[in-house]
Amino acid sequence: MSNVVPAPKLTRKDFESDQDVRWCPGCGDYSILANVQRVMPELGVPREKLVFVSGIGCSSRFPYYMNTYGFHTIHGRAPAVAMGIKAANPDLTVWLVTGDGDGLSIGGNHLMHCLRRNVDLNILLFNNRIYGLTKGQYSPTSEFGKITKSSPTGSVDFPVDPSTFAIGCSASFVARSIDVDATHLTEMLRRTAAHKGASFLEIYQNCNVFNDGAFDAFREKVHRDDRTIRVQHGKPLLFGKDNTRGLRIDSRTLSLEAVTLGENGVTEQEILLHDETNPTLAYMLARMPFPDFPVALGVLYAVDKPTYDGTLTAQRDASLKKNGQGDLHALLHSGNTWQVS
Amino acid sequence: MANPEPQSTPLPHAAKEVSGAVVRFVGDSGDGMQVTGSQFTVAAALAGNDLATFPDFPAEIRAPAGTTYGVSGFQINFASRDVFTPGDSPDVLVAMNPAALTTNIRDLKRGGLVIVNSGAFTATNLKKAGYEKNPLEDGSLDGFNVFAIDISKSTLAAVEHTGLSKKDAERCKNFWTLGLMFWIYDRDLASTIKWVEAKFGKRQELVDANVAALKAGHAYGETAEISHFHYKVPPAAVAPGTYRNIGGNTALAWGFVAAAQLAERPLVLGAYPITPASDVLHELSRFKHFGVTTIQAEDEIAAICLALGASYAGSIGLTTSSGPGIALKGEAIGLAVSTELPLVIVNIQRGGPSTGLPTKTEQADLFQAVYGRNGEAPVCVLAASTPGDCFYMAIEAVRLAVKYMTPVMLLTDGYLANGAEPWRIPDIADLPKIDVTFRTDPEGFHPYLRDETTLARNWAIPGTPELMHRIGGIEKSFKSGHISYDPENHELMCQTRAEKVARIADDIPELQIEVGEDSGKLLVLGWGSTYGAIREAVQRARERGLSVSHAHLKYINPFPKNLGEVLARFERVLIPEMNLGQLVKIIRSQYLVPAESYPKIQGQPFKIDEVEERIRLVMES
Ligand code: SF4
Repeated sequence: MSNVVPAPKLTRKDFESDQDVRWCPGCGDYSILANVQRVMPELGVPREKLVFVSGIGCSSRFPYYMNTYGFHTIHGRAPAVAMGIKAANPDLTVWLVTGDGDGLSIGGNHLMHCLRRNVDLNILLFNNRIYGLTKGQYSPTSEFGKITKSSPTGSVDFPVDPSTFAIGCSASFVARSIDVDATHLTEMLRRTAAHKGASFLEIYQNCNVFNDGAFDAFREKVHRDDRTIRVQHGKPLLFGKDNTRGLRIDSRTLSLEAVTLGENGVTEQEILLHDETNPTLAYMLARMPFPDFPVALGVLYAVDKPTYDGTLTAQRDASLKKNGQGDLHALLHSGNTWQVS
Repeated sequence: MANPEPQSTPLPHAAKEVSGAVVRFVGDSGDGMQVTGSQFTVAAALAGNDLATFPDFPAEIRAPAGTTYGVSGFQINFASRDVFTPGDSPDVLVAMNPAALTTNIRDLKRGGLVIVNSGAFTATNLKKAGYEKNPLEDGSLDGFNVFAIDISKSTLAAVEHTGLSKKDAERCKNFWTLGLMFWIYDRDLASTIKWVEAKFGKRQELVDANVAALKAGHAYGETAEISHFHYKVPPAAVAPGTYRNIGGNTALAWGFVAAAQLAERPLVLGAYPITPASDVLHELSRFKHFGVTTIQAEDEIAAICLALGASYAGSIGLTTSSGPGIALKGEAIGLAVSTELPLVIVNIQRGGPSTGLPTKTEQADLFQAVYGRNGEAPVCVLAASTPGDCFYMAIEAVRLAVKYMTPVMLLTDGYLANGAEPWRIPDIADLPKIDVTFRTDPEGFHPYLRDETTLARNWAIPGTPELMHRIGGIEKSFKSGHISYDPENHELMCQTRAEKVARIADDIPELQIEVGEDSGKLLVLGWGSTYGAIREAVQRARERGLSVSHAHLKYINPFPKNLGEVLARFERVLIPEMNLGQLVKIIRSQYLVPAESYPKIQGQPFKIDEVEERIRLVMES
């Protein structure tokens, strides 16, 4: 986080704008908004230094509801706008809110480049596996064969997994959470905010109008323990009620195995330890096939590397040191000139 | 029979004074013709000539050697009088191989001087150029003064002592040629020697070889038969000051650096490589110490979006591209219109549609600039008229963008971008400051509060306490800036945005007559890079007694306030443009005058002769 200045103690209310929230009742976006507003005061960034940037889609209405600076841009292009904001003023804390269509279909290119450049942004991708605002077409994260208005006989596209995509783009921080799990989500928001560089948080979000129940199989409280795994750096990759199940590696096939402790002599010793800095492990965790494996939630990957805006600033400072403040007169007179009197 | 007077043979060293010349250097892409042309230009400039230059290079980076499509050229018009264009037809053609000769000889003036490298007139090269017989031997060049010199061989001999490989040694032949041209036009070798030293400084053998070649070519002029062709072009009478030679893209880049300083704001350029705009990105990326940030974006859309993001955050956002790139930026320009943020978009036009003619010039993106967006999306449109003018128009674009909180599209083209002219360096102190005021007062604030005169909304940048607000591409309320779908409000906002841009007319110079009377039979109205050709053509037509005047538009949206009056004072209006007639349609629709079109769309600028001839035809009809 850049520029943490002690500010008068703000509350969640201070981050609510005067606009009526216009998502459909019951939409997962409400919970995400509430959690973001709840976490904001903890971060200690003055409201005027916060900018929420978005593209187009249901999720992209987000900036209107935050009492911070906000820029609702055009479809898919928010990463580019956000990068320009950071290039102009690296002191600002910029949050980017996007969706699966905005971020991975029309804006996939920009998201990729913003991640690989490691622009210091906090990126929230609401993944509801559907186009909501345009009323229910399949999205790039919709499952193969999905029946929608634009795919009455089933979608013929294979989906992309957002977190896998982000890891593939060499993002320096990749995490995943669910809209309804407030505790986990707020924890992930804190980690996202704390990471310097492009922090990518995928949030499974229920669109109760066009894709209701998309994540119920693991989102419902009764299933959450058994069907998700909360990865934590340095801790064994255990899941299930009472942590009786775990992930181990089959070293001959270099693949993950979901095992039960005590079954077939499996001991905790064999369970993998999560290492946030291991991109291969992050990749494996991100794309574990459900339901044979649990869905991985938490910080899948996090490493430190120079940020784009930081390097820009460093280069500018170095140039200033080397050349001094630019002298326009000298520039115009550089090279061959001649005098006419 | 009386004894005739003995013919006086001019002494080799007595240079004949001439008022000017047009020289074209042509060769293979790898022959170094651009360097040769630029060095010849520097020498002419240092000798005080007025001049204009234009390079003409192929789209292929390395076309196969010896082919006609691999021919690269550079033309310079230099004189002791005012020069407005690189010249119609050359007086001198320097052709380094048969392909260069065959593609250019038709342009040469009758009786012109041809210097060819006979060493390159091999059977293979002749065949590649499509010659069945050697033109140096078959009499097809009768009517020109042809000097066939084995430049390759002479160069090898001149640089032998440096121990360069044959391949490297032969590459010095452009400097040999330049030396010869320096002799013909009585130029000083010093500036080129200095350039060679700076360029090859680390490799002494290359410095030695190129300088040796240059001097050998020069010495050749003195001794050979060609020594009759020895001229002096006196300095031109120009306004006092310090001058330099400047190309359009450099002038443009420097203009933006100057604008940022005058506005005391950082400049952020978002750009994606594209011909012929990339040089602006290259040039600006050198100026970090001027507070310039350049970002090579992943695509044209990102390039403009990040520039807009930078504007939103209080910098001067700039994006530079050419037609195909501008097409991709359309939606983001609309966002800039809707969010009323300052943004400068430069279109360095090239031949279209689609990929078109990437290295050639055209003015066919005028409609795109004025109309090319969804919705009612007015932007301010400006056009630079000469390479040096690009500097001032860059400053003007920034001034209007920040003052009116609007995107401004600045049009130049390949001809301006790559063309060059001597330029009187302005005194920085004379350049007016650009006033930028950010809103800081929370009292009564909303983002779409407007200045009563300009209708510009207030610019409140992130980081300003108590002014947190949200903007976006959805229509907003005139009264509060909040999202609004109200029908009357939408109409009011569309009208307001249009009116805001229209009011720029109160803030720009009136249209002047460049040449001729304020009224009369014919007005030739141009815009952009056709300035030089039109001006010179009108001048010549007037010298022949025709009642014709020239006016030139640098402001296209809005037009200068007096344009309607100016048009009304002439019986007829002729509009030459490098497209199928775009300005003419706008003029006809806005002013209901029967303006006549003179279109040319060949990827080549107008020749003075062509415009003059058209003026004559129009006036006779
Ligand atoms: S359409 Fe779906 S995602 Fe959009 S607001 Fe409604 S419920 Fe939420």
